[in-house]
Amino acid sequence: MTEANIIGGLLGGALIGLAAAALLWLNGRIAGVSGILGGIFGPIGGAERSWRVAFVAGLIAGAGIYSLLAGGLTIAFQSGTPTLIFAGLLVGIGTRLGSGCTSGHGVCGLARRSPRSLAATLTFMAFGALTVFLLRHAKFSLF
Amino acid sequence: MAKLLISFLAGILFGLGLAVSEMVNPARVIGFLDIAGHWDPTLGFVMAGALAVTAPAFGIILRRRRPLLAAEFYLPVKRDIDPRLIGGAALFGIGWGLGGLCPGPALASLASGSPVILIFVLAMIAGQWLAGRIAD
Repeated sequence: MTEANIIGGLLGGALIGLAAAALLWLNGRIAGVSGILGGIFGPIGGAERSWRVAFVAGLIAGAGIYSLLAGGLTIAFQSGTPTLIFAGLLVGIGTRLGSGCTSGHGVCGLARRSPRSLAATLTFMAFGALTVFLLRHAKFSLF
Repeated sequence: MAKLLISFLAGILFGLGLAVSEMVNPARVIGFLDIAGHWDPTLGFVMAGALAVTAPAFGIILRRRRPLLAAEFYLPVKRDIDPRLIGGAALFGIGWGLGGLCPGPALASLASGSPVILIFVLAMIAGQWLAGRIAD
């Protein structure tokens, strides 16, 4: 686990990039998952909801296909359930207020040369690193 | 119908990418954010791989007048870097550092059947709803 997965990282990243490029080229949509998810529950019309549901279904199916071929998905949680609930809330609030996440700002926004996305990406990377530092090295405990 | 199928297929590619790159594994993500510890650069390679495709591709695609199967490009309209953007990104970053999960990997991981993932996803949806109420 401690050894970097360079090949998987590059290949997986390229697949993500390909997916985003395809969605933009064909459907004209940005593959920003927080926005896609948020749009499903928002006050929007049927067509706006359908393509988003289809995309999320694809996300699950894609990971499912990999899981079948690889014999499972390795998901090693680094925190307990109460922390994960709090984390989920923050991710939800933050991505809604910040208009995006790693895919929307990091992958798509940077590709569009968006100054907003650069600012957002640098910010969430910094706060992510700061949070991990406080939890792991400053012995800051949450619950 | 074609657009629905494209969305589904794009989602599959995306989900495959998340699984292949191990971004569905919080250990990998937090390992990347743990710059003071045993640093795991995998996430950096994922970003590099993704941007290697999207940076040139988006440039070419967005020179078109419209997408292949839709009437227009649905792009963000906001231009300014405002407190909401930075504040939101900060909160997201904290949540990401706490759990090692962000929206894409969390949703894709529902494929594992893990109840904890489901709880995270529900919390995420609740958080988005809350922010929507506060913001609007």
